[in-house]
Amino acid sequence: MSDDTVLQSRRNALKCMAYGGVGTLFTLAGGVLTPVELAVAADKQGAARLGKPLFVQISDTHIGFNKDANPDVNGTLTRTIDLVNGMAEQPALIIHTGDITHLSKPAEFDMAQQMLSRLRTTELHTVPGEHDTTDPTVTEYFNRFGKASDNKGYYSFDHAGVHFVALINVLQFKPGGLGTLGTDQLAWVAADLKGRSDSTPIVVFAHMPLWSIYEPWGWGTGDAPQLMEQLRRFGSVTVLNGHIHQIVQKVEGNITFHTARSTAYPQPTAGTGSGPAPLKVAADQLPKMLGITSVSIVKHPRSLALSDTTIA
Amino acid sequence: MTLGQYRSLLTAVGVTMLWWVAATSASTADTPDPTRIVMKDFKFVPSSLTVKAGSTVTWANMDDEPHSVVSDTGLFRSGAMDTNESFSFKFEQPGTYHFTCSIHPRMVGTIVVQ
Repeated sequence: MSDDTVLQSRRNALKCMAYGGVGTLFTLAGGVLTPVELAVAADKQGAARLGKPLFVQISDTHIGFNKDANPDVNGTLTRTIDLVNGMAEQPALIIHTGDITHLSKPAEFDMAQQMLSRLRTTELHTVPGEHDTTDPTVTEYFNRFGKASDNKGYYSFDHAGVHFVALINVLQFKPGGLGTLGTDQLAWVAADLKGRSDSTPIVVFAHMPLWSIYEPWGWGTGDAPQLMEQLRRFGSVTVLNGHIHQIVQKVEGNITFHTARSTAYPQPTAGTGSGPAPLKVAADQLPKMLGITSVSIVKHPRSLALSDTTIA
Repeated sequence: MTLGQYRSLLTAVGVTMLWWVAATSASTADTPDPTRIVMKDFKFVPSSLTVKAGSTVTWANMDDEPHSVVSDTGLFRSGAMDTNESFSFKFEQPGTYHFTCSIHPRMVGTIVVQ
């Protein structure tokens, strides 16, 4: 890609974001994120160059939410699932980065599970959001999704040479503070990564951002820097989060940070208004602010590509 | 109208007025309920409350976003409270009790029981 093309596509990517996004695609090669016009990915040649979709990230489905910002979250999740099921090549797995439900109610979890079971891709990996762990006994999420982690909330697995690390940062809040991973989980990550080659592509996912986006609203994780110390030696690290219902990205060395859109409702940008309340937008604008992130392996075995798609 | 009927009417008017005064003072914000905390604009209001031992404190969510009330020591923990839902806890023992919203941990408050 020439510099001109890069500049041009960067301009287009910014334009997309300014309008709430019709989808922006990013190629990640050796930890360097390069925006590419979505049209490149949409045509067959471009799609082939981008490789097979490895997984799709769904986030913040908030089943049970019924306020003005989106009175039909089941409808928008249905559209999201149709979008994924309609992909020319199905992803190998689906990742849900939390806030599956709005109020941790059994009926909300049941509805979410029933809806997610419509996905053609049946391998689903989840982490909980703080909305999934507000029931008095903190058991509803773990009764349904706790098996992978032996009810601890964190676990890892491998797929197509990529090592996936699922983390939980919504249980140990310090009052007035950010999300917390905790010493036990950090020690587990160290043991999990030990002995893995620096060239292994790593995908880390958790609900709350693993980097400080806006501390007054709790958009960060207090002890995430200790996690980053452990990840720094790897050549390609992709950190995926939800929680803030909008795309925010950062590249630091070989680590790419990316937050996903919600499928339920958007939230204001950092610091706009009294807090991260649901953002009400015109009905025709809403689908442009909801969507998914898909991640592909590009031909070079060491790199991943991120692509955001709205349900509009 | 007889004198007796007139007296009855006066009494009725007086009672009505008393009721009206009581209802009005209860509905104005000048004297907030001393055992009630509202959650509004991502804050506990008031964030600190002093009550007598044996008092029941009620938290009510006035935001469009759900909130919860979780004691730092695990003494009490509400589930998620949606808009207009509330949670109550009776404080038997004197002491200082800190609490937070598990969904928005920047929201913090204190109950002092005397």
